Amino acid sequence: MKLASTVLAAAAALALGASGALAQAKDHVKVGFVYVGPVGDFGWSYQHDVGRKAVEAEFGDKVETTFVESVPEGPDAERVIQQMARSGTDLIFTTSFGYMDQTIKVAKMFPDVKFEHATGYKRADNVSTYSSRFYEGRHVIGLVAGKMTKTNTIGYIASFPIPEVVRGINAAYLAAKSVNPDVQFKIVWVSTWFDPAKEADAAKALIEQGADIIMQHTDSPAAMTIAQENGILAFGQASDMKQFGPDAQLTSIMDHWDPYYISRVQAVLDGTWEETDTWGGFDTGMVQLAEFSDKVPEDVKQMAMEARDAIAAGTLHPFTGPINKQDGSPWLAEGEVADDGTLLGMNFYVEGIEGDLPK
Amino acid sequence: MLRLEARREPSRAMLLLTPVLAVALTVLFGGALFAALGKDPVAAMRVIFVDPLFDPYSRSELMVKGAPLALIAIGLSLGFRAGIWNIGAEGQFIMGAVAASAVALAFYDVQGLWLLPLMLVAGTAAGAGWAMIPAVLKTRFGANEILVSLMLVYVAEQFLIAMVSGPLRDPQGFNFPLSRSFHDSAVLPVLMEYTRVHVGVLVTLLVVIAAQVLMSRHIFGFRIRLSGEAPRAARFAGVDRAHVTWACMGLSGAAAGLAGMFEVAGPAQQLAPSLPVGYGFTAIIVAFLGRLSPPGIVLAAAIMALTYIGGETAQFALGIPAAANETFRGMLLFFLLGLDILVRYRLVPKRREART
Repeated sequence: MKLASTVLAAAAALALGASGALAQAKDHVKVGFVYVGPVGDFGWSYQHDVGRKAVEAEFGDKVETTFVESVPEGPDAERVIQQMARSGTDLIFTTSFGYMDQTIKVAKMFPDVKFEHATGYKRADNVSTYSSRFYEGRHVIGLVAGKMTKTNTIGYIASFPIPEVVRGINAAYLAAKSVNPDVQFKIVWVSTWFDPAKEADAAKALIEQGADIIMQHTDSPAAMTIAQENGILAFGQASDMKQFGPDAQLTSIMDHWDPYYISRVQAVLDGTWEETDTWGGFDTGMVQLAEFSDKVPEDVKQMAMEARDAIAAGTLHPFTGPINKQDGSPWLAEGEVADDGTLLGMNFYVEGIEGDLPK
Repeated sequence: MLRLEARREPSRAMLLLTPVLAVALTVLFGGALFAALGKDPVAAMRVIFVDPLFDPYSRSELMVKGAPLALIAIGLSLGFRAGIWNIGAEGQFIMGAVAASAVALAFYDVQGLWLLPLMLVAGTAAGAGWAMIPAVLKTRFGANEILVSLMLVYVAEQFLIAMVSGPLRDPQGFNFPLSRSFHDSAVLPVLMEYTRVHVGVLVTLLVVIAAQVLMSRHIFGFRIRLSGEAPRAARFAGVDRAHVTWACMGLSGAAAGLAGMFEVAGPAQQLAPSLPVGYGFTAIIVAFLGRLSPPGIVLAAAIMALTYIGGETAQFALGIPAAANETFRGMLLFFLLGLDILVRYRLVPKRREART
């Protein structure tokens, strides 16, 4: 009897799902998160876990959240995602770019489960993508760095030469250059998102090359610690890293996933979840800045705040022409603003950055 | 107090008893760890050790995760028995995966049954070739193979990144360091529907059987054992140390390269910088855990795979942190390897020195 009714229900669900009209409200959702680093990385994964806790606080008994941390971006991820889907999870957030193909593959097998993939570009009927316009934050810290460097050398720890990272370097460089024409960027590629030892080594190498301010596009606070030890300045990444560099941190670009996660869980509860692509910045609150350190002079702070507000209001775009590519060929004409498509596929340095983009 | 006393003969009883004792101690101390974290220790043990064995999907994943460990460990065990220490299987695994991927991508979208065998040859040859570097440097210049093979892992990692960021990168992939997804002819057939159990798992089993026959029945296996256990006797018996070194390094490299080919053409189906997850290093532990014997290695690989898969489930089902799972796995290895001492030594009460 029970089996028969289950089969019937499953068949009905399948029929509804196939017609695309499955819009049932639920009174309880199980939400899963897959993290690339440990939740204690105090950076990327930590911040996603802050979002998970916000979901629990918001919905209380109506949600159950689970997570798996330190999942390698390869065949192991597919198993973890699939195990989650199989254990009755309704909504799964896969929070690293390297889970893209695995998420799509598992989503095909579980049409009734909703998937959300961070920073990717492949979507399906039950797979949404979301990311933040971190480059808006890079613009602001670029301004601060350009004003505050004494050696005119900014060190930049980069992970992989993917558009997101290249975009961040370009945004920060253009902003720094706009307030300090002599500024130079030294870039070290570490080929990892989270490896405190490598990140620390990169920070040391940059300091030896004369950098007095360090920016990073990796997940651990290791570089911040090194900056603190060497008495130089740095910007935090993903979360407020002040506790690792109380004297070093000027501010931090903070990822703030809470509002997005809450709205997506709400959508599943309401039965209104649909496949979307979200790219939020200062305007949606998905990108925020940590409190400025006392070391930032008042006028610089003022300028930074104005830039942030202008970006949020839509009156300032970090990529506004004239901008040439590194080889001198024109990219944006005077007053022209970069479109999202070009930004999402950015694979070139802008004019003035030294060194070759790793190919 | 107790002290250790050497046994005349390794104890057969202890050989069988120590693994049981080790698991019992791990359950005891691991349970205490989980209880200290506020988790139900009984539920934790069930999720880690028992549940994966009874769930068909988890069982299939045990094979997917365990096969590369077993395959690499079998190769390494040959050298370890001869006292030749190849620590760089991770690098040979990577080179095998890169070479196989290069072949797959060179013939992208070309259909044919010949493609997989060609990838197999390329992967195996690349792994063996990479292992022959430390082998030749050792026999020719006396360079330490432990250091050279280990250092070559880092070279291989950089080579992998250079390849996926350059020649092997997906041209439509927005500059992301990933290759294209392999087309059907370059993907290993799956043995069981709805799982990822691929032909490579079957080949691994055949290699295990072949290794067992080689070590116990073939003159070459005898030479390996002899040159490890009694190097002087081996020299008098006319065993050429250089030949044994080449053979052991080459075979272990070939096995690691083959595992790399299986991984990239099986579960991954794409070359990415995140492909190597330490199989080459974990396999060293697996080899010793299995006491360097083929059946033991299969068992050890299964246990390692079980703790990985059970650990993942324990995370999302019970909220046990990844670090606690790693500590638990560490305990298991510590007890398994540490208690081995009881095979060769016995505990006896310390005698009091007679006072004068």
